[in-house]
Amino acid sequence: MLRRLTLILGLMMGLIHFDAPPAHADDAAIILKRLATDNYGEIESGVTALAASGLSVSEAVLNALADSRLSYRPSDKEIFFKDASGKWIDAATNVVANEQPSGLKPVKMNNRVRRALDAALGSMTLLSPDPQKRMAAADAVFKSRDANTLSALDNVIAKESDAVVKQHFEEARAAVLILKSDASEADRVGAAEKLGQRGDQDALALLNSVTEANATANIVAAASLSAKGISRRLALLSAAQNAWYGLSLGSVLLLAAIGLAITFGVMGIINMAHGEMVMLGAYTTFVVQEIIRTKAPGLFDWSLPIAIPLAFCVSALVGLLIERIIIRYLYGRPLETLLATWGVSLILQQAVRSAFGANNREVGAPSYMSGVWDLNGFQITYGRLWIILFGLAVFVALLGVMKGTSLGLKMRAVIQNRRMAAAMGIRTPLVDALTFALGSGVAGIAGVALSQIDNVSPNLGQSYIIDSFLVVVFGGVGNLWGTLLGALSLGLANKFLEPIAGAVLGKIILLAVIILFIQRRPRGLFALKGRAVEQ
Amino acid sequence: MTRFFFRHFDRTAIGFVATLLLIAIVVPFFNLAVPESSVFHIPTYLVSLWGKYLAYALLALALDLVWGYCGILSLGHGAFFALGGYAMGMYLMRQIGARGVYADPVLPDFMVFLNWKELPVTWYFFDHFGYALLMIVLVPSAIAFIFGWFAFRSRVTGVYLSIITQSLTYALLLAFFRNDMGFGGNNGLTDFKDILGFPVQAANTRAALFALTALFLALGFLLARAIVASRFGQVLASIRDAESRTRFLGYRVEHYKVMVFVVSAAMAGIAGALYVPQVGIINPSEFSPSNSIEAVIWVAVGGRGTLIGAAIGAVLVNFAKTWLTGTFPELWLYGLGALFILVTLFLPKGIVGSLSARVQRIKGSGAA
Amino acid sequence: MKRLISSMAATALVAGSLVASIAAKAEDTIKIGILHSLSGTMAISETTLKDTMLYLIDEQNKKGGVLGKKLEAVVVDPASNWPLFAEKARELITKDKVVATFGCWTSVSRKSVLPVFEELNSILFYPVQYEGEESSKNIFYTGAAPNQQAIPAVDYLMENEKVQRWVLAGTDYVYPRTTNKILEAYLKAKGVKAEDIMINYTPFGHSDWQTIVADIKKFGSAGKKTAVVSTINGDANVPFYKELGNQGIKATDIPVVAFSVGEEELAGLDTKPLVGHLAAWNYFESVDTPENKDFIAKWQAYTKNPKRTTNDPMEAHVIGFNMWVKAVEKAGSTDPSKVIDAMIGVSVPNLTGGLSTMMPNHHITKPVLIGEIKADGQFNTVWQTPGTVVANEWSPYLEGSKDLIADWRAPLSCGNFNVKTGKCGGKS
Repeated sequence: MLRRLTLILGLMMGLIHFDAPPAHADDAAIILKRLATDNYGEIESGVTALAASGLSVSEAVLNALADSRLSYRPSDKEIFFKDASGKWIDAATNVVANEQPSGLKPVKMNNRVRRALDAALGSMTLLSPDPQKRMAAADAVFKSRDANTLSALDNVIAKESDAVVKQHFEEARAAVLILKSDASEADRVGAAEKLGQRGDQDALALLNSVTEANATANIVAAASLSAKGISRRLALLSAAQNAWYGLSLGSVLLLAAIGLAITFGVMGIINMAHGEMVMLGAYTTFVVQEIIRTKAPGLFDWSLPIAIPLAFCVSALVGLLIERIIIRYLYGRPLETLLATWGVSLILQQAVRSAFGANNREVGAPSYMSGVWDLNGFQITYGRLWIILFGLAVFVALLGVMKGTSLGLKMRAVIQNRRMAAAMGIRTPLVDALTFALGSGVAGIAGVALSQIDNVSPNLGQSYIIDSFLVVVFGGVGNLWGTLLGALSLGLANKFLEPIAGAVLGKIILLAVIILFIQRRPRGLFALKGRAVEQ
Repeated sequence: MTRFFFRHFDRTAIGFVATLLLIAIVVPFFNLAVPESSVFHIPTYLVSLWGKYLAYALLALALDLVWGYCGILSLGHGAFFALGGYAMGMYLMRQIGARGVYADPVLPDFMVFLNWKELPVTWYFFDHFGYALLMIVLVPSAIAFIFGWFAFRSRVTGVYLSIITQSLTYALLLAFFRNDMGFGGNNGLTDFKDILGFPVQAANTRAALFALTALFLALGFLLARAIVASRFGQVLASIRDAESRTRFLGYRVEHYKVMVFVVSAAMAGIAGALYVPQVGIINPSEFSPSNSIEAVIWVAVGGRGTLIGAAIGAVLVNFAKTWLTGTFPELWLYGLGALFILVTLFLPKGIVGSLSARVQRIKGSGAA
Repeated sequence: MKRLISSMAATALVAGSLVASIAAKAEDTIKIGILHSLSGTMAISETTLKDTMLYLIDEQNKKGGVLGKKLEAVVVDPASNWPLFAEKARELITKDKVVATFGCWTSVSRKSVLPVFEELNSILFYPVQYEGEESSKNIFYTGAAPNQQAIPAVDYLMENEKVQRWVLAGTDYVYPRTTNKILEAYLKAKGVKAEDIMINYTPFGHSDWQTIVADIKKFGSAGKKTAVVSTINGDANVPFYKELGNQGIKATDIPVVAFSVGEEELAGLDTKPLVGHLAAWNYFESVDTPENKDFIAKWQAYTKNPKRTTNDPMEAHVIGFNMWVKAVEKAGSTDPSKVIDAMIGVSVPNLTGGLSTMMPNHHITKPVLIGEIKADGQFNTVWQTPGTVVANEWSPYLEGSKDLIADWRAPLSCGNFNVKTGKCGGKS
């Protein structure tokens, strides 16, 4: 109720904002004092009153409140806000204070206050010079659907030059009209079509609420036609969205598993400490971000690009150490290596736990990885997009290494026939060591990506190890394309099963399918052929 | 029958079984008959603890049978252990009857507060001990049979086999965690009152369970020994050493593998069933892959392919774990991890394996 | 030869264990057991509680200990392994001779040690919010029961945010299942229709929330104000909140109120996109009282970390420990039976400016605070119960428990007394 009042008054005031006589200084002080309290209800009503007052200072004060720059002095209920230069200004008198006034308490907010603030600021910006703000104001009206805003909307639509903003205004107008009982039938049918064009979930909900009870048959027919169209579109979107989710899950699996595929292929060993390499990469990201946070906060967006080579080096180094100290002596005994690397994983977990504590550590997302790109209802989260691109980049890079470098050549030779490769002069122990380091390094890079979507804790590795094995076994050992295909298909299958069977059952079904699949093709999708290929 | 069991009964076997029978008598005696104030008294909590170790030893034995003697590295044997445990747990839950917190004569507590209206089919007949016994052996065997049939027929071996056994136990873990499966979900089955009429908590019962576990360990050992010493066992060994060759010689390798896998699963199920009343709770985390991997470590530490080594390894590692988690609660994982690494690097035959190899060398050099 | 080896090994084992177990010497300290996971999945939450107990024991020793003797902490690591909890509990009581234990976090761990504490008649203080439906003679529950957390949160959302559609999202285990059952019954009793309630369960550690968050968004755009009541536990919270942030669900559109997310969990998250989402607890680090400020200052000095957070389960241990000390002094002895009898009615100050009392049902009175997440990872209290709330350990909204009460005073002395039949059901 209060919110609608704000919107009405705000819109009206917004329109005649520049023509209104400035409110008396005394009135200003009284209204402002309503914000000087701890009571959220009073703050909320103060916000709406301020918005409605048409005071010249209201926009500055409300913006300050939104940015948590608004404070009050409990003794005399004076309101102060901090401006862009850091100086404290008395809101009522507009006097700049020389130093921070003493005894100030911040004006606190809760969700209700925030909503009132959004509505108030939104309404004030209907005529804002910034098209983004106008669009936001239009969306605010779309949500509130207040009938009294109709004339204001008609006004701005006539004056609007930007086509996109105009579309938003028209949709907002349609939202208001569709349920307005005294609007003409033609208007309402037109509104139904407009909402059909908007085509999203909110529009669908509105159209579905048009029934016999509040509209004539024609309007209901138009509404349900539009609703059907939207439902079809949304179903298609949902399938596409699921495919997207599957792709992004697949890219995560790819990153986690590709290092394992390489070590498994070349050396035939199961590295149970692989998950811990991923974890080390994630913690490297955390450390890099901590350093940047304290020493050079401006570089925060660069924290990930800086962390990637560092994580590679850290994990590769640890991998190399493990190979030299332990695995080298277990050559030819894959099952013993499994056990030994399990021991290594326990030690690494405990080491990280002792060094960093058992809790989750905060790894923040850089600005280019936050937010959503809305393609007409198809949501692409930037973080996931980057991870998919990153996964593909890593894949291509590895492919390059395998096919284009001499190390890659040697690795492929060893995968195909170790003894023959040794006979040809390839130093297989060196290839082993470098392969293990490479696989671990790639796992470290995966950790950087995973730190963005999952917790950074000592247990991070454990959650990915089983999935990585499944991808490798499914896709075929030592084969990068197999890993890519395996990861993507597992990701897609998982995501398509989830809405049908639920997360847990979906996972179980997938596991059962893989177990059965292995019966059919014991060496995975892309099995290596050849007489000398031993298990 | 006796010949089957005792044909290859050599001094080692005699010694081991005798020790077990001795322990089965001595420990309960020092727990029940000796007064608490005496320095020789064995506290009841130790009796249960050692009973737990012996149940683990039986699991290790079962694993050694398939791994040490047939080369099947199963990273999911904990699943069979847990299944047997659940069967026993279901029997114990039915025994609580109306003494549960909600006083429902038929439904266990967790079903009452999850709003189950009646007992699900899977729980029927579990109030009869005989049925429970049957299920303890049957369910792990059945699952092992189905899984083994599919896996071994398709000639999945080595690392691949290990990974799919891990997937099996992981899938079961997820399934049993679900609260709507009707097996207690994440909380598992607990708060047992009595078994066959005897209160689970009483010292007498604990001592009896301990003795039973030692007995079953001895029996399991005898059975395993009989298997590996027989012609069947020789074929198993040849499968482990050279599978293709054995196949080309005409043996149906898949059949042998499935058979030994099923027997081993049944043994693991029995071990689980003995474990549960002594520990007082069965919970889906018993299915977790890390439990199964630890079981493999016990066998590796003790000595794979020696049976006795498996049992000793299980007791040793668990004892170390108990001691370390009490004395160095912050550092014990380092100890455990280091143990795995050191054993695989320096004692590839395990403790018992290395010792006996050294003994053989001394004997050999002495004879020569 | 092999026989000799195996026999020797077995004997050595027996002897070794015997020696180890006889090691308990009589010393002039009072031993307190600390049964919290220091490794494994629960270490994230429980390690800080172990540190809290060490701090409290240290502080008490500075004041001269209890009954003239110093306190000694016995720390063990049950490693997030439930059977190991029972084993360690037994070890603490019979081998180390502790007179009270502070521990456990998950309900499984508590359920696995409950028979041990009842059999050996010792005391456990359980500091975590849980699903209720239990009251044991040997356990003192210092965490919240559902009516001291979940129900006031739902009330707040209904009255203040005018929520009409509800998503009950939880991890698939007993605490969320029971809490959601209670909440579903409560919401229906308040007139909410079944189609306005969406219930969803995910497995532990579920990390891919894209589909579910999209579903929540869809459910919430039907025109009625929607809120999410989250009993999502532990690790899964981080990817859940991250996905919420990614898909642009702001607290002003669809607020999420969580019961298992505290300051400790927020420390591992980027809280800027989460501003305005809610949590319901009985204590926040940001509460501005002298007792709380004093506690935080001393705690940060003890841990030598000026950024160390505090949270609700820590406060529960503070209250529990102080109550234990007071009960021991009242009873004049550390004997568990005497302490159990003396504990009922003991009142100590809590850290939010009120008093906490141990009730006959072995639960304590607690105030309920609803807080909004701030950008710095702290909570801003937006609502508070005027006084403290008594726990309903047996929920009146569930069929099986609505007739049950717990009262451990004589003559009832029963944890699940059925008021309809007049009988004490269950325990033999």
